[in-house]
Amino acid sequence: MTVAARVIACLDVTGGRVVKGVNFVDLRDAGDPVALAAAYDRAGIDELVFLDITASSDERDTMVDVVSRVADQVSIPFAVGGGLRSVDDARTMLHAGADKVAFNTAAVRRPELVAEAAASVGSQSVVASIDARRVTPDAPDEVRAAATSGFHLTTRGGRVAEAIDLVDWCRRMQELGAGEILLNSMDRDGTKAGFDVEMTRAVTDVVTIPVIASGGAGSAEHLAEAIVEADASAVLAASIFHFGEVGVDEAKDAMATAGIPVRRT
Amino acid sequence: MLDYGAGNVRSAKRGFDAAGADAFVTDDVATAAAADVLVIPGVGHIASCLANLRASGMVGLLTDWIGRERPVFGICVGMQLLYGHSAEGDTTGLGLLPGAVRRFTDDVTVPHMGWDVVTAAPGHRDDPILAGVAGERCYFVHSYFAVPDDPAHVVATCDHGAATGFPCVVREGSVVGTQFHPEKSGEVGHRLLRNWLASLS
Repeated sequence: MTVAARVIACLDVTGGRVVKGVNFVDLRDAGDPVALAAAYDRAGIDELVFLDITASSDERDTMVDVVSRVADQVSIPFAVGGGLRSVDDARTMLHAGADKVAFNTAAVRRPELVAEAAASVGSQSVVASIDARRVTPDAPDEVRAAATSGFHLTTRGGRVAEAIDLVDWCRRMQELGAGEILLNSMDRDGTKAGFDVEMTRAVTDVVTIPVIASGGAGSAEHLAEAIVEADASAVLAASIFHFGEVGVDEAKDAMATAGIPVRRT
Repeated sequence: MLDYGAGNVRSAKRGFDAAGADAFVTDDVATAAAADVLVIPGVGHIASCLANLRASGMVGLLTDWIGRERPVFGICVGMQLLYGHSAEGDTTGLGLLPGAVRRFTDDVTVPHMGWDVVTAAPGHRDDPILAGVAGERCYFVHSYFAVPDDPAHVVATCDHGAATGFPCVVREGSVVGTQFHPEKSGEVGHRLLRNWLASLS
């Protein structure tokens, strides 16, 4: 396999501005999404993900505008997610210049949406975005009963535990036509303690579509670990990049040292 | 840039503009016919791309254009649909170029998604279109790839799993196609487009 492991920067956007907080609270402002995207492109990032974290319907036009301005500034692929509910939403974002759309809560509510979107815009543009957690002893009975892999889905930014097993769900997303899985650990999100390798591995073991590891990146070594140990196709991070704690080059150096093929610019 | 409802025409236009072209997007056959070159973007299922292309009335234009050896550039599915049979949905392509579209086997991650190395095919090490491109990584996102009947039409290849040396740049007569997305491949992609545009003048 010669394809380079992708290093992805995630930009959480609300009201047209990029923010990133610890476990989605205490948001800190890290700037203009268009300027950041162009800077990341220059720095050699392989791909970008924009998550609309407010996703109220009146913010949608703001996000479409951000997407079209980003598309004019960067020559690398990028995905858009957050609050997308329909095939029309997907088409709007792709038409504005996004390469992929990520469905999260809407897919949990109605999984057929993934199949409809894949039929309309192609699997390569449909990302199943998943917020998952380890099952804990105090989880509701139905969640513990459902989560036979030891990991379950969450919605509403991790606040609602769903009685859906993570591994079953990922298999289903692939069957329905998702072209990629963006797997975010809500246990690790914002902790900088490293990716949940065991959880990521549980998914990469059963699907053939690419899996992006997300949640917990705190160092360049963590990024390499998710590729080598968990067999992820890509790694996603936010604050360590936004605040310059880890440079894109530094990340790729660590990955190359671990024997992982990377793209150099 | 033929806008027949197949995905990211905006990015494709931006890529060609960055490479020095004066690109315009159109869904009108007569308007497209006034261009110097045609670009066929393409994202999605080949059957829906073909259906949209046929509905757009652009097939006649493309057939005429290729028959008269005028320059055409196909990107990803926009290249695949010029060939004959496609394994994607057992679909019959336009058949303007001899060859077929095959699928990767599931011994590797499919879709083949990400930045992969473009290697000059035998006999194309000094091909001007690959200047500054061969040996570099471009952005791929696909589960299928076109295989021309005549191996001489393969300009560059890439490897993915058992599909070692699958074609990623093809050229036949006045038609060039890439399996990767030059418009999403940063400076390397722009270089390939510049190389191609320079070869036309």
